[in-house]
Amino acid sequence: MYVAVKGGERAIDNAHAWLAEERRGNLAVPEFTTDQIREQLALAVNRVMAEGSLYDPDLAALAIKQARGDLIEAIFLIRAYRTTLPRFGGSLPVDTANMACDRRVSATFKDAPGGQVLGPTFDYTHRLLDFKLAADGEAGQVAEAAPLQGPTPHIMGFLDRENLIQPEPAGEETPADLTRAPLELPASRALRLQALTRADEGFTLGMAYSTQRGYARNHAFVAELRIGTVAVEMEIPELGFAIEIGEITLTECETVNQFQGSKTQPPQFTRGYGLVFGMTERKAISMALVDRALRWKELGEDDIGAPAQDEEFVLYHCDNIQATGFLEHIKLPHYVDFQSELELIRKLRRDAQVAMQEAAE
Amino acid sequence: MQMTEETETARKAWLGLLAKAPAADLAALWHGFGQVPAHKVLRAPEIGAVMVRGRAGAVGAAFNLGEMTVTRASIQLAGGVVGHGYVQGRCKDHALQAALVDALMQTDAAALVDRAVLTPLRDTVTRRKATRAAKAAATKVDFFTMVRGED
Repeated sequence: MYVAVKGGERAIDNAHAWLAEERRGNLAVPEFTTDQIREQLALAVNRVMAEGSLYDPDLAALAIKQARGDLIEAIFLIRAYRTTLPRFGGSLPVDTANMACDRRVSATFKDAPGGQVLGPTFDYTHRLLDFKLAADGEAGQVAEAAPLQGPTPHIMGFLDRENLIQPEPAGEETPADLTRAPLELPASRALRLQALTRADEGFTLGMAYSTQRGYARNHAFVAELRIGTVAVEMEIPELGFAIEIGEITLTECETVNQFQGSKTQPPQFTRGYGLVFGMTERKAISMALVDRALRWKELGEDDIGAPAQDEEFVLYHCDNIQATGFLEHIKLPHYVDFQSELELIRKLRRDAQVAMQEAAE
Repeated sequence: MQMTEETETARKAWLGLLAKAPAADLAALWHGFGQVPAHKVLRAPEIGAVMVRGRAGAVGAAFNLGEMTVTRASIQLAGGVVGHGYVQGRCKDHALQAALVDALMQTDAAALVDRAVLTPLRDTVTRRKATRAAKAAATKVDFFTMVRGED
């Protein structure tokens, strides 16, 4: 039962004023700007854009500052903001084959055309704290070499030419959108991918890891991981043609998984796909693994009851804003609810005591 | 303006350049150009979102990846030419300046605007991209095979 209760305004105002003061911290320490967050905490900004489902680094930086670095709170702010924006339309699908790659690695082919380009990666660092960064943040000279010419071809294209990899079926040109209609099951792959790309990184990572440990066995190779910028193109009605309306950084992961064959089809590799806003490598790999696990039905595999195969379990629990909203509401006043519970348990205890007394007599 | 395939390609190119360029870069060049032509605003700058799409497996069915912020504006020069600006982000001046440049590029002032605004903008963007590509290229792995003890 809900009963409107008034009161607490002064306490709330004072709490928020104190929050603002705590956010600022020690006044002897210089305040940082949202530009500094955007430039120097870029991976936090990327995560907030990906899970907030809105590509705007300045807004993500502001949200991080406002949320005192609580990224889920920042994602919440971005999700709330995006609902206020009018939708101008949908873009043409981005062409990741034409990505200007900062990074591109393949775990399956050493000599992949286009090469193994490491980019600005944490890989092969020793994970030792660098105390020089605490003293000053000066970076050394960065090496340059003659840029690679032309687009970097997708590795999957080579497997595709030999028919070794399951082809990707075409779908509707205007995919279903879970921000416009409630997610219903069974969900199309388009909806699953939309849910996964904005899903909580930690949840997606845990699910992906479970598939590696044997819950929905689908040993994955990272055929290709690429990070870089792509242009976003959209049809503009008043112009009558499509133009580029922006440029975004994306991380794309394509996995190739154990082959399977059936009575009608010869064995083929299958694929999982991850595509996420920003430089978000862990998330993109996780997404590809979970995408692959969720495809069991269309690929004719057995449901072995693994959590990562259960689309209801994955899709209804992967959104950290839905999850945190429901989880955190239980800390808000439930006085009346609890009052009725209290009365009920008192009555049950009274009844039980009477019954025990009667039995004793 | 009568649209031929050639003019459409050229217009696509400058609109794309204006959309992707950082707002501050365009603003500096536009102020450097220094001539704001007589115009009226047909559509005041409006901030909105565009749903960005990807394809499953990079080549398959389209899916919704997430939105990006976009600002648009339209203006009309005193002579009647209409210019549209669709730019990334939430900067209203950016959209207006893009619309003004788009309109001027359809007039006799095209060569002047191209020289003062678009060419330097394109050069900056190209240079920035080339530097990134050069840094990426320097992280390309050169494999070498260890000499093995074969007979």
